[in-house]
Amino acid sequence: MKNKKNSVRTGAYILMDHLVQNGVQHIFGYPGGAILPLYDELYHWEKDGLIKHILVRHEQSAAHAADAYARSTNKVGVCFATSGPGATNLVTGIANARMDSIPLIVITGQVGRSFIGTDAFQETDIFGITLPIVKHSYTVRDTNLLPHILAEAFFLAQNGRPGPVLIDIPKDVGLEEVFSYSYVKRKELFKKTSYRLNHELKKRAIKEMITSITQAYQPLFYIGGGVLRSNSIKILRQIAKCFQIPVTTTLMGKSSYNEKDHLALGMLGMHGTAYANFAVSECDLLVACGTRFDDRVTGKLEEFASDAEVIHIDIDPAEISKNRYPQLAILGDTRKVFLHFLKAIKSTVALEQNQTTSWLKRITKWKKVYPLLTQSYQSSSLSPQETIFLLGKMYPNAFFTTDVGQHQMWSAQLLNCEPKKWISSSGLGTMGFGLPAAIGAKVAHPLQDVICISGDSSFQMSIQELGTISQYQLGIKIIIINNGWQGMVRQWQESFYGNRFSNSYMKNGMPNFSAVAQAYHLNGFEIETLNSFRSLMEKIQGTNQPYLIDVNVIEKENCYPMVTPGRSNSQMIGLENLEENFLN
Amino acid sequence: MKKTLSITVYNESGVLTRVSTVFSSRGFNIESIAVGLTGNIGISKIIIVLPGDQQTIEQITKQLKKLIQVIEVKDITTRPCVERELMLIKVKSSISTRSLILEIVEIFRSKVVDISEYSMTIEVTGDPGKILTIQELFKPFSILEVVRTGKISIERELGINTEFLKNS
Repeated sequence: MKNKKNSVRTGAYILMDHLVQNGVQHIFGYPGGAILPLYDELYHWEKDGLIKHILVRHEQSAAHAADAYARSTNKVGVCFATSGPGATNLVTGIANARMDSIPLIVITGQVGRSFIGTDAFQETDIFGITLPIVKHSYTVRDTNLLPHILAEAFFLAQNGRPGPVLIDIPKDVGLEEVFSYSYVKRKELFKKTSYRLNHELKKRAIKEMITSITQAYQPLFYIGGGVLRSNSIKILRQIAKCFQIPVTTTLMGKSSYNEKDHLALGMLGMHGTAYANFAVSECDLLVACGTRFDDRVTGKLEEFASDAEVIHIDIDPAEISKNRYPQLAILGDTRKVFLHFLKAIKSTVALEQNQTTSWLKRITKWKKVYPLLTQSYQSSSLSPQETIFLLGKMYPNAFFTTDVGQHQMWSAQLLNCEPKKWISSSGLGTMGFGLPAAIGAKVAHPLQDVICISGDSSFQMSIQELGTISQYQLGIKIIIINNGWQGMVRQWQESFYGNRFSNSYMKNGMPNFSAVAQAYHLNGFEIETLNSFRSLMEKIQGTNQPYLIDVNVIEKENCYPMVTPGRSNSQMIGLENLEENFLN
Repeated sequence: MKKTLSITVYNESGVLTRVSTVFSSRGFNIESIAVGLTGNIGISKIIIVLPGDQQTIEQITKQLKKLIQVIEVKDITTRPCVERELMLIKVKSSISTRSLILEIVEIFRSKVVDISEYSMTIEVTGDPGKILTIQELFKPFSILEVVRTGKISIERELGINTEFLKNS
């Protein structure tokens, strides 16, 4: 932008140029000493309207916001932080993105190259600290290599199994001038190693998959986040409909299948629906797509779908046979696999209709006998489940972000989200994710409803981000399911630790949330009954303004059904009218 | 059961840390590791010996293959290989024991590389079996210090499995 000679560019310019040319429109970040050269360059690019920087109030939120930005779009999330404490504050956010396979470019400032290793002011080895939690990382030692590094980073973050890529840029690299700079396209790179990210589909595998699916009488789709990331939602629906195969999703895979559909079973696992867990235990064919057999999903691994033949479709070879040996493993992007599958069935298979009818009938029966329970307390007190359920009914098209704990599980059970509109920290379970995530989603979709469902404890971990919301007037609706406890911790203490509530009570020292919101110049409300909640939500529907609503729900409500850790999925607690022989 | 992995990597900064991080973060213990340049510029080879069963080795191989700087990972435990390790061993010696030690050195075709009034340092190359045998033989003289490089291996081009021939 401001450079005098045409081809002489600084490192900072190269960075900005690559970000913009790679389609980055928003950066989340926080400045500081070592990253100042980059922010100085950013100043000009922002002024010209080429890119927008969102100033968060804590670096961790920058990573979370970029993470949610990536989840709600097909883009890469980008965040900036300075060296030392700025960089270390990102660690939780990077680990979160890594666990949930979210494409992220993380730019950290670093002390000048001549100072590296001298324990300089605000120096920390962020490259070393983040080694186990990044997909790949770079320290830029030669400014001439910066274009290649950036191009490679964008390629790596998005291709194969997505993940966070960290680029550590020393202060003097940002200032150094490079002669004859030119933009490096992604395609020019990675001739050597890209083969590892492209798995060849074997025709025989697809054939075997068709045979298995057409021969199964009790098949089940088990869908993870990979299906959302590869945009294969529509094809999945087509296949499920065509073969009448019921679908259960993980927390990451939620929103990939319309939960009102008769084939949908909702979430499975520890707090999954009873019918999904029964279906997994009883199925004879489990088609696992873009998922990794996490311990919260499988319960006792040996008894997870123990009678079923397993087909595992995943892009990451390391996930195959990590926890469960599949009978058939197909490596590749789920979308590609599904497309090949569809093409192949058109020519070969004569569908036997009604093959799964009796299976679906059984499932419908389970659905009737073991529905999700929403406690109702009439007018006296407010039930968290009712609140969340009502929210989902009133905002069917909204983006929902959640924090971690009971409210997250209730939301996962009771909300029906549109594709990619469910944003939750799944693998790492990061409290404090919800609010910055809502910021990321709202920045990406300024005209759509974004609702952050949080808990009183989680919310206080990112409460400072109210400042960000206030500054940019982001029309986010924050619903705090306030029970005065770390609800999930209390539930575990109640269930497995003999009611010894060690440090899980939060009422002491709890702020008046609505007053805090007002102090940040936001609209804050406190709600005691379902009726007042309904009328307030009706009143603010359609407005694009920030609201914080502190919902005082009943304290001792627990999240059920629940699979006791170490037990089989079919043994759930918190089910009413469980008949021992019903399964048979 | 001990396994040997041969890992070909780009010789860039941080690659060794990255490889060893995979082992530590997945809870594996490395018994020996040897790193060196190869004939190709910019490419290094890491030979790692570690205890573990087939399943864990498969999992670790997959995790290693995911690293961007790793080009190839091979489990060469059961392949026909030439294996060598270098050991420098310092043994206590006196005028009376010197000739006994020299005898062992002679038999195993190793070399004395340093000598003092009360000690001898011997250089031994060979497969891990030979190294262990010599170490055992020197024990009565009392060993002062041992340094080993860790095993390096290379596949036999003709694929003749000498271990197999020994047993047949």
